[in-house]
Amino acid sequence: MKREFPLFVTAAIGLFMILSFFVPHQAVSVPADFFQQSAVIVVAFGIVLGGANLLRVNLEAVLKRQAGWPYRLVLIAGLLVMVLVGLIEGRDFQAAGTRSTWIYDQVYSPMSSAMFALLAFFIASAAFRAFRIRTPEAGLLALAAFLVMLGRVPLGNALTAWLPEDLRLGSVAEWILRVPQNAANRAILIGAALGVMATGLRVILGIERSYLSGEE
Amino acid sequence: MRQLEGLARLDRRWIFTVTGLLVLIPLLWPLNLPLTPSPPVRAYYDAVAAVPDGSHVLVSCDFDPAARPELEPMTRTTLRQLFAKRCKVVVVVLYPGGARLVDQIVREVATERGALYGTDLVNLGFKAGNEAVMVLMGQSIPNTFPRDQNGLDVGTLPIMRGVRNYSSFPLLVSISTGYPGTKEYVQQVQGRFHIPIAAGVTAVAAPTMYPYLQSGQLLGLLGGMAGAAEYERLMHESGPASRGMDAQSLAHVFVALCIVLGNVAQWGWKRREGA
Repeated sequence: MKREFPLFVTAAIGLFMILSFFVPHQAVSVPADFFQQSAVIVVAFGIVLGGANLLRVNLEAVLKRQAGWPYRLVLIAGLLVMVLVGLIEGRDFQAAGTRSTWIYDQVYSPMSSAMFALLAFFIASAAFRAFRIRTPEAGLLALAAFLVMLGRVPLGNALTAWLPEDLRLGSVAEWILRVPQNAANRAILIGAALGVMATGLRVILGIERSYLSGEE
Repeated sequence: MRQLEGLARLDRRWIFTVTGLLVLIPLLWPLNLPLTPSPPVRAYYDAVAAVPDGSHVLVSCDFDPAARPELEPMTRTTLRQLFAKRCKVVVVVLYPGGARLVDQIVREVATERGALYGTDLVNLGFKAGNEAVMVLMGQSIPNTFPRDQNGLDVGTLPIMRGVRNYSSFPLLVSISTGYPGTKEYVQQVQGRFHIPIAAGVTAVAAPTMYPYLQSGQLLGLLGGMAGAAEYERLMHESGPASRGMDAQSLAHVFVALCIVLGNVAQWGWKRREGA
């Protein structure tokens, strides 16, 4: 019963939600709306559970002095400070001039931007050290990367301004994105969509049970 | 051959230094390289321009400070184009770290353009739930977002009169950095509720949007800072994206050069070892 009941609930709600997509009648759409609203509430609970789990895992690691424990301590401190400040400020925690917004503007925002900005340096370094053209396929990839990288910036167009418009780097980059890249991307999308459908069907039919308690 | 050996052993701090200088110098002394709007950017501009004056437009801003340099300029320019058409802008956020940032951007542009909060603009704030929230908005936006970013009852705001669900909008503008974002709007909303979508995404996500662009599920597409800069050009603006493109141009050329030099150095090294 412990296993059968969740499987039954999953199958019943899964099939009902598929039905609601095709049947617009009130008898179907009203309960479907209720289930969707419930999903939003479950996700909200998930955020709280995720936070609690993060705290538990990292606290354990700090107490056991595992590798990198000082970083985990910073993470715990950050988490607790944000939650405490938010609780003290109550519902207006997002209003201008609060401590929460100060932390967001002065700490979270610049640190988050800085992390992303570092990518430019690592991409340049990786391009020099790791992008090796050893096979014809790698050569083709490098050529496409070369053309798209230069074609997506004004300098590429400026350097090829003397060529007919269709042969300028901007037009070539746009063609690569629109034709070969698009074809490959579409194939991946269709494959992924079929995979999602198959997985969904396996979950509804109770074949895929890993979401229950980690069992295969 | 000795030079090639030196190149192969190049300290990566030199690469970091050159990258930093190539980004910094054009930001201080702009090169003003000419910008040519690409077809997806023109299509985005046309999609926003085709919205009837004074109508409601839903703008979903799903990004956080990490994507700010790429997505903030296009958000600002989009809002300016919409306010110029006296459109009523309804903003939502589905990305957890972005609510405060989006609120700042929206309010700054509204102040600059003289748009009144509650009448010309509302920020409904963040709601957790990803695709579930997108689908719920198709049933009722006031029920999905009963309060705005600052806790005001949306029923009391004049802008929300007549706003029921996606059918109240002639256009959805999705500006996103990842999940949930444009892809999920196309998959969950466009096909089911038949709302036209125009999108702005980060450069790294732009290629994945081309299938939707070609199928007509997206009316137009802004890809990264380049897309934002081309859009600024169409709007006759010289904003942060246009200024940033000089830096990005030089950085791209340097990365391309790094690929060539790295391979030449490797080739020289191998030849020496083989000899």
